[in-house]
Amino acid sequence: MAELLRHEKGQAGDLAGPGRLADGVPDRPLDRARDGLRAYRMIAAMWIRSTMAYRASFAMTAFGNLAATALDFVAILLMFSQVDALGGYRLPEVAFLYGASSTAFGLADLAIGSMDRLGRRVRDGTLDTLLVRPAPVLAQVAADRFALRRLGRVTQGLLILGFALLALDVTWTPLKVLLIPLMLVSGAAIFMSVFIAGAAFQFLAQDASEVQNAFTYGGNTLLQYPPSVFGKDLVRGATFLVPIAFVNWLPGLYVLGRPYPLDLPSWAAFTPPLVAVACCALAGLAWRAGLRSYRSTGS
Amino acid sequence: MFVGTGRFRLYAAVAAGSFRRFATYRIATVAGVFTNTVFGVILTYTYIALWDEKPGLGGYDQAQALTYVWLGQALLTTVAVMGGGFEDELMARIRTGDVAIDLYRPADLQAWWLAGDVGRAAFQCLARGAVPMAFGALCFQLALPGDVLTWLAATLAVLLGVVVSFALRFLVALSAFWLLDGAGVSQVAWLASTFFSGMLLPLNVFPGALGEIARALPWSALIQVPADVFLGKHQGMDLLATYAFQAGWAAVLLTAGRLLQAVATRRVVVQGG
Repeated sequence: MAELLRHEKGQAGDLAGPGRLADGVPDRPLDRARDGLRAYRMIAAMWIRSTMAYRASFAMTAFGNLAATALDFVAILLMFSQVDALGGYRLPEVAFLYGASSTAFGLADLAIGSMDRLGRRVRDGTLDTLLVRPAPVLAQVAADRFALRRLGRVTQGLLILGFALLALDVTWTPLKVLLIPLMLVSGAAIFMSVFIAGAAFQFLAQDASEVQNAFTYGGNTLLQYPPSVFGKDLVRGATFLVPIAFVNWLPGLYVLGRPYPLDLPSWAAFTPPLVAVACCALAGLAWRAGLRSYRSTGS
Repeated sequence: MFVGTGRFRLYAAVAAGSFRRFATYRIATVAGVFTNTVFGVILTYTYIALWDEKPGLGGYDQAQALTYVWLGQALLTTVAVMGGGFEDELMARIRTGDVAIDLYRPADLQAWWLAGDVGRAAFQCLARGAVPMAFGALCFQLALPGDVLTWLAATLAVLLGVVVSFALRFLVALSAFWLLDGAGVSQVAWLASTFFSGMLLPLNVFPGALGEIARALPWSALIQVPADVFLGKHQGMDLLATYAFQAGWAAVLLTAGRLLQAVATRRVVVQGG
């Protein structure tokens, strides 16, 4: 059985894809990406249809998701009921950083947030089912249990970002306006790469799914506060080691006209798309390595 | 008397079994310790910024505020602020009808699950509480109590916190008798306990009437009260009054659980029968 699975896995991972099986198109990375996206779309649509069978339940859980994720901001509001500034930043500025990070994280969580269930699939052997299907495993795992209720977090982030943009006292330039959508999209991609790398790690340590919470939820919490609050080493780690600082700190501080605590050139504010691409490539490699090292439980 | 000791041995065995069950997942425990520590570091810096801005906020100096952060991380899973203890399992048993077997056992349903939850809490306090706390004490200036008595007093407060937390989650689990899917109730319970336990921010820092209300609600027995006992804020008669507050809520909520259980079992229809 294990032999068979290794064989099948080789096929699913290296050669096959719906396109390949259907029309014999040579297997190029672009085709694989297209196949993956198609599989992702189909599986996600299936989960959305199944969610929408219970509309009232969906509305309640989406609202619950919004309320639960808003608790962080309630904590910030409670802090600002006692003080006027935190680390030298006033409420609209903190709200801007919060909204940007929350929206980016919410988008990543919506897209592939169920990937932290991978360890469970490895443990109970249900990952094998995904390996024998003619679609990229990454797309299947990413779309697994696609939870539309996670729009709650995105909505909450956008609301607070909107509030911040209204309350901020910033002289807007075209560059700053452009930077905002760029920041949200790149930030979502950076967080997605963290999710994928975390899932790849679960091939090695199946029970350690909580480790990735430290980087996903923990990273999101970190980015909700201005970098001046944190120690230099922590800021360095978040900039160079796990580069989540590029989600909202670097572009956000450029918009706010604030200096970054580390000595970085001001054009670093425009690098998030490049960082996002590099992170996704590294996460993709980690995923491949993880998938190759996978051995079925055999049961 | 004989029956009494037999009962006690049964529940002690359930608690010990639950302790061992949670101790089995070593990698998950290490992962949890790591995550608690990372969150502890992040929160520590935000608290430093807050207490730099307003020293003495909520009656804490900075060292006490930081101790509060690490206590919160240590108690997060111990008192199951975000759930994740027995209630998911009990709800699943109610949904599938397996609860009928539990009711058939010669043991009390509530006491059975309470014993299991105490065993879980003991393991998580030792494994997931001690290590992040030690890390925090090494890296930051904390206000750890110097005398053994305060540690013991705090341990009792944590135990009472676990019982209050259990009693609340037992009520949540029983809602499955009527709703079958308890996800919504769980989520509301999770929200309330995260907000009102003091996990988000010490309840002393909450402004005005909100603070007063939050401190009177049962959830404050989970984190705020044990933390204040640990920080030596309650001494002498005040300490007894604090225990009475926790024990009072525990008694009220456990009784409510028993009443609800009586109503539920009278109307239970085992599915698939």
